[in-house]
Amino acid sequence: MARNIEEFLAQDERKDLLRFLTAGSVDDGKSTLIGRLLFDSKKLYEDQLDALERDSKRCGNAGDHIDYALLCDGLKAEREQGITIDVAYRYFATNRRKFIIADTPGHEQYTRNMITGGSTANLAVILVDARTGVITQTRRHSYLVSLLGIRHIVLAVNKMDLVDYSEERFREIVGEYKAWIEEQHMDVPDLQCIPLSALEGDNVVERSARMPWYDGPSLLHHLETVPIDRDINLHDFRFPVQYVLRPDADFRGYSGKIASGIVRPGDPVVAIPSGRTSRIARIVTYDGDLKEAFAPQSVTLTLEDEIDLSRGEMLVHPDALPHVGHRFRTMMVWMDEHPLDRAKAFYLKHTTHTARAHVEKIHHRVEINVGEAVEADGMKLNEIALVSLVVDEPLIFDSYRKNRQTGAFILIDPVTNFTSAVGMIVAPEAESDSVSELESGRIVVDLSGSDIGPEHDEAIAAFCRMLWEKAGIDIKCVRK
Amino acid sequence: MKEYQLSHLKTLEAEAIHIIREVAAEFRNPVMLYSIGKDSSVMVRLAEKAFYPGKVPFPLMHIDSKWKFREMIEFRDAYAKKYHWNLIVEYNKEAYEAGVGPFTHGSRVHTDLMKTQALLMALRKHKFDAAFGGARRDEEKSRAKERIFSFRNQFQQWDPKNQRPELWDIYNTRIHEGESIRVFPLSNWTELDVWQYIRQEHIPIVPLYFAKERPVVEVNGNLIMVDDDRMPEELRRRAEMRKVRFRTLGCYPLTGAVESEADTIEKIIEEMMTTTRSERTTRVIDFDQEGSMEQKKREGYF
Repeated sequence: MARNIEEFLAQDERKDLLRFLTAGSVDDGKSTLIGRLLFDSKKLYEDQLDALERDSKRCGNAGDHIDYALLCDGLKAEREQGITIDVAYRYFATNRRKFIIADTPGHEQYTRNMITGGSTANLAVILVDARTGVITQTRRHSYLVSLLGIRHIVLAVNKMDLVDYSEERFREIVGEYKAWIEEQHMDVPDLQCIPLSALEGDNVVERSARMPWYDGPSLLHHLETVPIDRDINLHDFRFPVQYVLRPDADFRGYSGKIASGIVRPGDPVVAIPSGRTSRIARIVTYDGDLKEAFAPQSVTLTLEDEIDLSRGEMLVHPDALPHVGHRFRTMMVWMDEHPLDRAKAFYLKHTTHTARAHVEKIHHRVEINVGEAVEADGMKLNEIALVSLVVDEPLIFDSYRKNRQTGAFILIDPVTNFTSAVGMIVAPEAESDSVSELESGRIVVDLSGSDIGPEHDEAIAAFCRMLWEKAGIDIKCVRK
Repeated sequence: MKEYQLSHLKTLEAEAIHIIREVAAEFRNPVMLYSIGKDSSVMVRLAEKAFYPGKVPFPLMHIDSKWKFREMIEFRDAYAKKYHWNLIVEYNKEAYEAGVGPFTHGSRVHTDLMKTQALLMALRKHKFDAAFGGARRDEEKSRAKERIFSFRNQFQQWDPKNQRPELWDIYNTRIHEGESIRVFPLSNWTELDVWQYIRQEHIPIVPLYFAKERPVVEVNGNLIMVDDDRMPEELRRRAEMRKVRFRTLGCYPLTGAVESEADTIEKIIEEMMTTTRSERTTRVIDFDQEGSMEQKKREGYF
């Protein structure tokens, strides 16, 4: 017995962690799907189930089935409304992985919650109802997922039981979705489409015998096996100094979480913005010095030279420097009931640094339901826009596309202290005529006026793919 | 697993250390609430890790309801001394002197006065602007929705409908005078993660977690341990020795024991993996009313 548990623990300690987001409309059966995942992966304790059966009798709405949705709808107010209203986090584990689910609502007024739930996700499960197919909300969710830089999408076509498990219907929906992604030039490096029935359990944990035409993985199997180790930027060492540790006169360490990259003792580093250089002396932790550390580890670094360095500054590798500047262009999502007041100097918190910032220009707002840029001179709750920001002291940043940690920021209202907006940096302010940037951060180059003939387009497209895969540079060539 | 992929425990550890340092860097006067339970023990270890080789730069505070298990208090005092913790102990003096307790006043009045009010009074007295708690989101439904940095207004109340958006690992720590933030570094840990970590890091915990013959009496389906003679005589008379352990620790009259043979961490984990009861069922206070934890949290309870 004891040997078994030892083995279990040894195996369990090595599991990694997948964070995923679920998004769907009110009636897509999202909570049911999550309940089913939790239930079927046998992580639901019996007494939670007892409570559930009690609650089901009082306010369930799933007929004879156990209402799995009640597992997820926690707060009283929500139960009264019958819909989830905020992000709820759920935890479960299988033999292969641990999972954190961010369960977010699908209806229009709560875009901000989905953005909140998705910011740390590796993967997004987007639910559609097999009867209605791809609807406006599906497109909105997909856009937001892509905006957040989530690299793995699962299109979960739910309620297949209500369309007689029809292969044709599934293919129709998938085709429509893929065509739309293509049309929007959306960046989806990894898409998996799965037909399922959350209520009946088809293709949730086990492959369903009722859809023999489907030869892909079940949802759970896909979640267990999708590779996520390449999602973290390990190329560009970024270490925002979080806390300066000086327990006595002999020790001066810089504590923080490695935002990206790898660090080893002896590595040359540059302190930004001072530009002073040194080398890593030690990587100090409670469990002993490390020979190597990488994102997202929390460590304390000491340097060979005494240089002045404080919270909010950054240690980087001299071969991979970040942008440093007062002005940048960013996608911004407005999260506050109070609309943007352009006269306000907001607090901008980015890594461990806080500066004052104001919105210099709103280039356009993105109408995400149709995927179009429209003119705008303000921002209100749940709106997304491409804006230029100016900060009062230089920001040390990368584009969000290249680095999720050093490309993200929040904007705090100086009066209410509410988190008014969140941003994903596109680029420092600079551009030329034939090059433009879409709201997604992708650079689009128009080749129609160039000397390059259309016979080269395929090679150019291949080259662009290589640039994206190897360097995270996202360029698309078009002929207008 | 690939070379540059952290295990889930290392990921959670890195996240918690980052959260703890962020509070130390951005708040004037933070405190870590220490409940003596296993989650608190993990949280304290994470704080020690966060500032190593320095000392933890903020105090620990225990809100003593005066009805904790005696072994908890012994454990607290022994480890505070051994590790040189800066430990503050506070209690609701007025209610204590008025004789408030769960047997005489019921669980709701006792919890409100000796825990919730005692905590609020202590936070006010010391003017703490941030307080760490060891709560996890997997414990209870209303906690599943709470932010890691959870804003409290000047009345220490939580508003579940108006939470600040929380994205990436960028935490909004800005508050006005009198307001505060509750911080939950273990938000994303599960019960199993906590036990795994205790095992891996050899973190000391109160012996009550391990099965042993103890005098218990059955009250409303819960096994309550006879910890002192404040328990009414007619209950004490029914006590019998049973091999039990506690899955959570709190006030002894409000914390049910479970019958168990698990006297090592490995056996506890094994029991947990095969058990059919989740941990908060042994906390009597949850059964007061539907949505009772959410109600308590709105009122300021941790």
